[in-house]
Amino acid sequence: MQKVDSKPRVATVWLGGCSGCHMSFLDMDERLLELADRIRLVYSPLADVKEFPRDVDVTFVEGAVSNEENEHMAHIVRRNSRYVVSLGDCAVTGNVTALRNKHSNVEIIHRSYVELADKTPSLPIQFNTVAQLLPQARPLHEYVNVDAFLHGCPPTADQIWFAVNELLEGRVPVFSTIYLRYG
Amino acid sequence: MSNTITIEPVSRIEGHAKITIHLDSKNSVKTARFHVNEFRGFEKFCEGRLMWEMPGITSRICGICPASHLIASAKAGDEILAIAIPETAENLRRILTLAQWIQSHALSFFHLSSPDFLLGFDSDPAKRNVFGLMEDHRDLVRRGIRLRKFGQEVIEILGGRRIHTPWAVAGGVREPLDTGNRDSMLGWIPEAKETTRIALTLFKEVLDKYQQDIVSFGSFRSLFVGLVSDKGDLEYYHGSLRVMDGLGNVIADKLDARRYFDYFAERAESWSFLKFPYYKKLGFQRGAYRVGPLARVNICDQISTPLAEAERVQFKEMTGEAGAQNNSFYYHYARLIELLFAVEEMERLLNDPVTLGRTTRSKALINRSEGVGAAEAPRGILFHHYTVDENGVLQKVNLLIATAQNNSAMNRTVTQIATQFIDDAKLTEGILNRIEAGIRCFDPCLSCSTHALGAMPLHVQLVSEEGIILDEVKR
Ligand code: SF4
Repeated sequence: MQKVDSKPRVATVWLGGCSGCHMSFLDMDERLLELADRIRLVYSPLADVKEFPRDVDVTFVEGAVSNEENEHMAHIVRRNSRYVVSLGDCAVTGNVTALRNKHSNVEIIHRSYVELADKTPSLPIQFNTVAQLLPQARPLHEYVNVDAFLHGCPPTADQIWFAVNELLEGRVPVFSTIYLRYG
Repeated sequence: MSNTITIEPVSRIEGHAKITIHLDSKNSVKTARFHVNEFRGFEKFCEGRLMWEMPGITSRICGICPASHLIASAKAGDEILAIAIPETAENLRRILTLAQWIQSHALSFFHLSSPDFLLGFDSDPAKRNVFGLMEDHRDLVRRGIRLRKFGQEVIEILGGRRIHTPWAVAGGVREPLDTGNRDSMLGWIPEAKETTRIALTLFKEVLDKYQQDIVSFGSFRSLFVGLVSDKGDLEYYHGSLRVMDGLGNVIADKLDARRYFDYFAERAESWSFLKFPYYKKLGFQRGAYRVGPLARVNICDQISTPLAEAERVQFKEMTGEAGAQNNSFYYHYARLIELLFAVEEMERLLNDPVTLGRTTRSKALINRSEGVGAAEAPRGILFHHYTVDENGVLQKVNLLIATAQNNSAMNRTVTQIATQFIDDAKLTEGILNRIEAGIRCFDPCLSCSTHALGAMPLHVQLVSEEGIILDEVKR
């Protein structure tokens, strides 16, 4: 895809998370209108472009790397983005998505699709259509280099706003202590 | 191997999904499947946690409707404590539930679906999103943003934060509401009503404009399931379950939501992480049902607030012969009716003196080993079911989520749209988007349904019966 204008190109990506970080992004409320004037959202679950574009200036990534598709996507994002930002605790630490790590995949799948299904159980294992779980859900930076980390479950809209503004100025955001919280 | 078309990911819905369309040897659509692609395993890893932690943990199932999980979880906790919560706490939990509906329904209509309505199903995909809409429909988008903000602010005022508040607990809620905060919530009501009215007007124009397209948007008879009050009113917090068939006959009524497992079962399929719940009495095929706005507005006898009731009457007139609206495109209409109801009902509750009471929590220890909490989440009825030991440590957890209950219907919808719009095994952008738009009627929340989510590139493949790729589209 070629550049259509000179606005910074921003993407948001959703890996193994609950979407709360994306909702917090939307919690910037009316500031989104201002943002729309200043950036071009080139890829996002909120938009329709399906293939991650080249030459993205900033990509915010929500969620842990939890299955093979997340892993694949993490590399695509890194290859094509100037800055990669871990958006929220799942991307930063694994957080809630990583609570499954103490169990094997067999155990968690058995619980949901055998014990909690009717008498004709069938496991979701057509891996040409559904993604295979990795043995553990892990933080994003274990797979690719990450340039900035937004803590919080989710990070607040103010924190995201601050980060966006810093990045658009070409600075990696340095958070004051009020933004350094988990949960 | 038959021919297969894949749409990946389904965008502007909340979650991680793809669609495959299977063609027969004559290249007509045989079936279509909506695949949900991620899985997070809450039903397993919550075992061993304390019952008291569950509202906080399970709200992390979904960032879009965390407050609904919070309420269902707290209600399951009430059952385990075997106590009645204070009246004030119930009012406040009701307000929270309505705020959740408002923010989520606003998101579904303005942020996710209105780009299709206003820009068209065949418009440029690079612009067909809420940011693209800001260029030419700035005021409308601003209104949508502010309506969602209203819902989120109510949640923040009550719970201290917008997303994943730990405010509802087994036995009640943590904090009462004071007059100043109550008044600032009330201050939003006129604007919220006006925005909802504008959305309704806009939607009715869309209905006229797209009459041709929407005949195949998931139009089929199915069961409808949801809560109604004792008087048969639209209900969202207490009440009992009603099951209606596609002709509008009530086939089961006053079912105790706490015994959902007597009425419903789930089936797993190898090609999706989202299970297929069904009404047991009628079996897997005939027992497929829909939940959420369309179901709720179909099954109730009336809505208790005047503006929403007037809309419901109009909605009913559109159902024609059948006593129920079977076209899934009307989910959007039902959602807006519920928005109006939520605003009116919140106004009523905010003006109720009980809401400002100071006692908001009843305390007790573990008195039962099992509890089920049910609540109407934005996308439909939601059940949390916990079994605990004498210390409140969780032994078993089952979660029956709204979006899963629409799984069969979403698959039928995709098949129907694909059949109507795919000819000669040719793909166009607009067709693909129509299929996705069919899914968006249900406003599925895949984050919820599999306790998972994400997004991927669109890659559509049309594969012949011999497994040869006939056509391919990427965008
Ligand atoms: S960090 Fe929290 S809000 Fe963000 S995806 Fe993870 S659980 Fe959801």
